[in-house]
Amino acid sequence: MTDATAPSAPVSGDAEPSSLFTQTNRTKRRNAAEKRFKAYGLGAIGIGILSLVVLLVSILGNGLPAFKQTYVVMDVTLDESVLDPNGNRNPEDIAKVLTFGYTPIIRGAAQNLVREMGGEVEGLTDGMIGDMISKEAAGQLRRFVLANPDLIGTTQEFKFLANGRIDGFFKGRVTMESAQIDSNVSPEQLVAAERLAEAGHLTTSFNLGFLTAPDASDQRPEAAGLGVAIIGSVYMMLVVLALALPIGVAASIYLEEFAPKNWITDIIEVNISNLAAVPSIVFGILGLAIFINYAHLPQSAPIVGGLVLTLMTLPTIIISTRASLKSVPPSIKDAALGVGASKMQTVFHHVLPLAMPGILTGAIIGLAQALGETAPLLLIGMVAFVRDYPGAPPEGLFDPSTALPVQVYNWTQRSDPAFFERASGAIIVLLVLLVLMNLVAIILRRRFERRW
Amino acid sequence: MNDMRILERDVDTNTIKFAGRDVHVYYGETEAIKGIDVDIEDKTVTAFIGPSGCGKSTFLRCLNRMNDTIDVCRVTGKITLDGEDIYDRKVDPVQLRAKVGMVFQKPNPFPKSIYDNIAYGPRIHGLAKTKADLDDIVEQSLRRGAIWDEVKDRLDAPGTGLSGGQQQRLCIARAIATAPEVLLMDEPCSALDPIATAQVEELIDELRTNYSVVIVTHSMQQAARVSQKTAFFHLGDLVEFGPTNEIFTNPKDPRTESYITGRIG
Repeated sequence: MTDATAPSAPVSGDAEPSSLFTQTNRTKRRNAAEKRFKAYGLGAIGIGILSLVVLLVSILGNGLPAFKQTYVVMDVTLDESVLDPNGNRNPEDIAKVLTFGYTPIIRGAAQNLVREMGGEVEGLTDGMIGDMISKEAAGQLRRFVLANPDLIGTTQEFKFLANGRIDGFFKGRVTMESAQIDSNVSPEQLVAAERLAEAGHLTTSFNLGFLTAPDASDQRPEAAGLGVAIIGSVYMMLVVLALALPIGVAASIYLEEFAPKNWITDIIEVNISNLAAVPSIVFGILGLAIFINYAHLPQSAPIVGGLVLTLMTLPTIIISTRASLKSVPPSIKDAALGVGASKMQTVFHHVLPLAMPGILTGAIIGLAQALGETAPLLLIGMVAFVRDYPGAPPEGLFDPSTALPVQVYNWTQRSDPAFFERASGAIIVLLVLLVLMNLVAIILRRRFERRW
Repeated sequence: MNDMRILERDVDTNTIKFAGRDVHVYYGETEAIKGIDVDIEDKTVTAFIGPSGCGKSTFLRCLNRMNDTIDVCRVTGKITLDGEDIYDRKVDPVQLRAKVGMVFQKPNPFPKSIYDNIAYGPRIHGLAKTKADLDDIVEQSLRRGAIWDEVKDRLDAPGTGLSGGQQQRLCIARAIATAPEVLLMDEPCSALDPIATAQVEELIDELRTNYSVVIVTHSMQQAARVSQKTAFFHLGDLVEFGPTNEIFTNPKDPRTESYITGRIG
C-alpha cells in the first residue's frame, strides 16, 4: 500500500479537491450518528428523571398527610364512681378498671361536647358521636389516670385522636359521597366534625405519634406509628455495622494482600461474587434454619435480623473493599516495603488509609441495601404485630420488634385506606434515613480524602 | 561532568558487599536471569546497563528480595550480603530491606507530609528514641538528599506536592533515613528533566563515600558519569562486568560493543 493511488483508486466518492468548508459524506454520516447517540443518552436520562419525579410526587402526595393528624380537644370529667369505685385511690384498685370502663366516659364527654355546640344534626345518634373519637382514646385516658390518681373526680382537658375516617375527611380522603356508602362513617358525623372544627375543638397538627408510637390494630389506623419499626431497623443496622464491616474488611485485606493465589482462593473469590447475587430471601431461609431453629435465638428479634442482613451485606462490602484496595497504586506498596515495612505495616499504614473512602462508600451502600431489605425479615418473623418497644441494647436486641420496610409491607396489606397513607409516610421516613446515610458517607469520604 | 572523567577516575578496590553466584530467576516458566555471577563492592557505584527486558531490574530487585512480593517469581543460586546468604530461611526480608534501601523508577512519596515521609522508616525501625532524635534524622537525611534547603520551611506540606525531581530526591532521602548499607536505584532519573538528573547524579556521587550504590540505567552517559563499575546485561545473561572506563572504551565482548555504540538495544 502506498499513498500514491491517485488516478486508479478515487477516494470514497469525492474525487474533486475538497474544501474544509464543505462536509464530506463520511463526516456528515459520522456527525449524524453522534447526534443520534447524544439524543439516545438524553432520552435515557430524561426517562430516569421523569420516573424519579413521578415516584417522588406520588409518594410525597400519598405519604405527607401521614405526618399530620386530626385531634379532638375536649373536657372529660374523671368520674370517681366509675374510675375508683372503692374511693381509696389505691393504684391496684384503679388498675382493675379496664379500658372498657373508660370508654363510656369518653363517649359521654363527646356527646356533651356536640350537644353543647347546639344545632342538632339530624339523624346523629349518641353512638355515632362516640365513634368519632378513636378507640385509642380509652387507653390514653387510662394511662393518664393511672399516672395521676389524685386528679380523679376533677375535669381535665384532653387531646384525643379523632377516628381515622374523620381524620381522612379533613385530609380529603373521605368525602360526603364516599361516607354515604361507607358503613364505618356517616355524613352526619362529618357534618358534626365540621362544626367541631369551626368551634376549634377539632384541630389538625403535626403527628409526632407517627414516628414514636407502636403499630396499631386494623380498627385504629389513626394510632399506628413507626416507633417500634424505627428502633428495630436501627438495632439491625447497628448489628450489621458491628459485624459486617470488620469481618468484610478483614476478609478483603486477607484475600487481597496476604492470601496466596491458588485454586482455593479462586474458588473463594468466585463464591463471594456468587453470594452477592443470591436472592435475599434465601438468606432468610438460612437465618431461619440456623439462627432460629438450630441456635434457638428468639424470633422477630433484631439480633437475628441483623445477622441475616450481615450475611447478605458481606459480599457487597468485600467486593467493594477489594476493589478499593486494588486501586491503591502499587508504587506506594513498593515504597513502604522498600524502607523495610512489614506486609502488615504496609497495609495498615499506607494501603488501608488510601482505600478508606472506597471502603466506607461500599459499607454504606451495603448498609442502605440492608436497611431496605424486606424478604429475609419476613421469614424470621419480623412481620409480627409488635406493640411493645424493645429494650435498650444489648438485651433489647433479643426483644421482638419489626423493621421499617416490613412495616410498609404490613400496612399495605390492610384494607383501610388510612393505612395506605401511613405506608407511604413510612416510605418517606425510610427514604429520609437513606438520604441521611448517604450524607454521612459523603461527609466521611471528604474527611478521609482530605487526610490523603 | 563530561565523559572524559571516566578515564581519569580511579577504581578503588573495596571489600565485596554483595556477591551473586549462579543466580537464576524464573517468572513462572520463563527464565529471566540465566545464571549470573557478580561481585558488588562496598563504597562503589555499580551501574547495570542493557536493553529493555534484559533482566537488570529483576536482578536489582533480587538484592533486597522485593521479588518476594511477586507470587510466580522464583530465585535459585546464592546471593550473599557481607557473606550471609540473603535467601536463607532464617533471613527476614523486612530486616534485609532496612539494610538495603531502594529508590524506584517513578518517584513514589507517601501521600503524607514531607516530614512523615522521611520519619516513617526510622519510626518503624525504632531508630529514634525521642522527638528530637527523629527531627535530627529527618534533617540529616534531607540534607544528604540535597533537598533540605528547598523544603525546610514546609516540612508539613504533602510530599506529593513537590516537583518530580524534588520528589525523587525526597525518595532518596527517605531511603537514606533508615541508615542502609546499600542503596539500590532502579532508573532513578528516567522521569526527570536534565537539571534534576544532574542534581540526582551529583547526589549519587556523594553517597558513594558512605554506601554501596547499585544503579540501573538506560542512559549510557549516565552510567559513564556516575559509576565506577558497570555490568552489561543482555537477554538474562551478564555479558560483561568490569571497571566502567574499560567497558566503555575497550569492551571485550562484541555484544557490549554493539550496545554501547548503539547497534543493538
